[in-house]
Amino acid sequence: MANSDHTTRRTFLSLTSGAAALVIVRPVDATPAMLSAAVRNVVGEADVHTGKVKLDIPPLVENGNTVPMTISVTSPMTADEYVKSIHVFNEKNPQPNIGNFYLGPRAGRAQVSTRIRLADSQKVTAIARLSDDTFWSATADVVVTLAACTEEAI
Amino acid sequence: MPSALINVPAKAKRGSVIEIKTLMSHIMETGYRHTASGSVVPRDIITSFICRFNGKEVFRADLYPAIAANPFITFFTTVTESGKFEFEWIGDKGFSETTQASITVE
Amino acid sequence: MKIAVCIALLTAMAGAALATEIPRSERRSGYSFMSADSKAMQDEDTANPGMLSVLDGETLWMRKAGAANKACADCHNDARVSMKGVAAHYPAFDKALGKPVDLEGRINLCRTNHQQATPFAYESRELLALTAYVARQSRGMPITAGGDPELAPFVEQGHALFMQRQGQLNLGCTSCHDDNWDKKLAGSAITQAQPTGYPLYRLEWQALGSLQRRLRACITGIRAQAYDYGSPELVELELYLMTRARGMPVETPAVRP
Ligand code: HEC
Ligand code: HEC
Repeated sequence: MANSDHTTRRTFLSLTSGAAALVIVRPVDATPAMLSAAVRNVVGEADVHTGKVKLDIPPLVENGNTVPMTISVTSPMTADEYVKSIHVFNEKNPQPNIGNFYLGPRAGRAQVSTRIRLADSQKVTAIARLSDDTFWSATADVVVTLAACTEEAI
Repeated sequence: MPSALINVPAKAKRGSVIEIKTLMSHIMETGYRHTASGSVVPRDIITSFICRFNGKEVFRADLYPAIAANPFITFFTTVTESGKFEFEWIGDKGFSETTQASITVE
Repeated sequence: MKIAVCIALLTAMAGAALATEIPRSERRSGYSFMSADSKAMQDEDTANPGMLSVLDGETLWMRKAGAANKACADCHNDARVSMKGVAAHYPAFDKALGKPVDLEGRINLCRTNHQQATPFAYESRELLALTAYVARQSRGMPITAGGDPELAPFVEQGHALFMQRQGQLNLGCTSCHDDNWDKKLAGSAITQAQPTGYPLYRLEWQALGSLQRRLRACITGIRAQAYDYGSPELVELELYLMTRARGMPVETPAVRP
């Protein structure tokens, strides 16, 4: 049986209790130190402002294995004012990075979508680097009802 | 045998912004899972995705184990001329796949 | 390996079994219980990872195999024509074997009898891909399985298995899927166990899987010993579920949480 080392599975619980009471075991979470190191890696010493970035992610997901996510940045996307890149991080997966996306003026629209894994309920942060090398961010909370993990070996 | 699904409009108006959707088959093994005997299942993920138009890079992504299996990535680009989009996925264990899609600009 | 399993099972459910059949007008596919995001994933081909296997199956359909050196296409030509509606009436009665075979079983019979090749393993990439490709040709068509009178005793047997209590939790499929389908279990909808979308892409599996795999997961869930892949019991359960779903449209390849 191949199991994730950081989550639990198969929870059959009381129908009457309503809310799910999951037991979560996660020995190798990304620590806040790892997360800030990963962010520093991208932004260096620059300040990260809140705003301009929109992070669309469902607040409550059915399965942490495949969580749809869309990031869009307010920008005219012209030759001298555009989004260079978008970087996505999470708080509690074993590794803080999720993905980096490199755009440019010809993208026309600063928006990317993908699907991610979230091992647990947690915060997701997207940071955009603009053409003037300022950094902007948005953060969202996601509640995962069934954590990302496989139930059985194949 | 990897397969990819690409959604690029066949035709577009010059100067318009189009959405491109890509789906690539890949297990995206995180490298954080263990077998019953306790050994780590080695990481096997796609690490980068590149889209070029007529040879020039228009979009690129670095992927980490937190990207879901069968990576799905959508993005936008401005079309200026007819031509060919080339998509490339590169990953662990020598993974390397490319596919193409054409567009006619009117 | 750290896995903590939390089983706090309700005696309430085990006790109050009504075992009432779902009226036709109230039948609902698992699709209707899903979030908008999961529905969107199923609805759009480029967003549906199950379509990757369908593509894979299309390639395999054309590939010559076995001592006969024949491809599926050599005998069945264009699957879009020859396989239209086929999945909707499976499992079907096989006269030579004197018992029902499911779609995977039928494809493997073609492998052995007609291609003279070794059968594919259950849940192998090839078998799932070919099954998905064949079943995809019935998408949107109403399920017609179970009509053959020779199947009657097997449908009855599948029904009995569905009703039978088993496992440490002493539950029958019916306890959840007939009596409590409008409730939730650990945050996920129980649903009516409609087999309309198989093989399907399950987010939990992060892969395509067969109806048998799904049934085995439910059996393990109630702490009972799951029947082997290809066992008569699993085929009978599939047959009962498909008969119970008659008239509902095929959704293959569906997406489920
Ligand atoms: C040499 C010819 C031949 C080849 C090759 C062949 N088949 Fe068949 N297939 C048949 C025949 C004949 C039947 C009718 C049942 C029987 O006699 O086995 C059949 C039946 C079927 C059916 C059931 C159709 C129905 O209406 O119930 C399916 C599905 C099928 N084949 C799929 C496949 C697939 C998939 C492959 C390739 C892996 C394949 N076949 C290869 C000859 C072939
Ligand atoms: C304790 C309750 C319970 C029992 C008993 C149970 N299941 Fe399930 N079953 C579930 C839940 C919950 C799901 C949905 C899980 C999900 O999709 O995340 C499910 C899903 C299914 C599905 C998938 C439906 C779809 O939309 O694809 C099928 C088929 C199924 N069960 C069949 C069975 C059969 C057959 C049995 C008896 C052998 C059984 N189940 C016993 C709880 C149960």
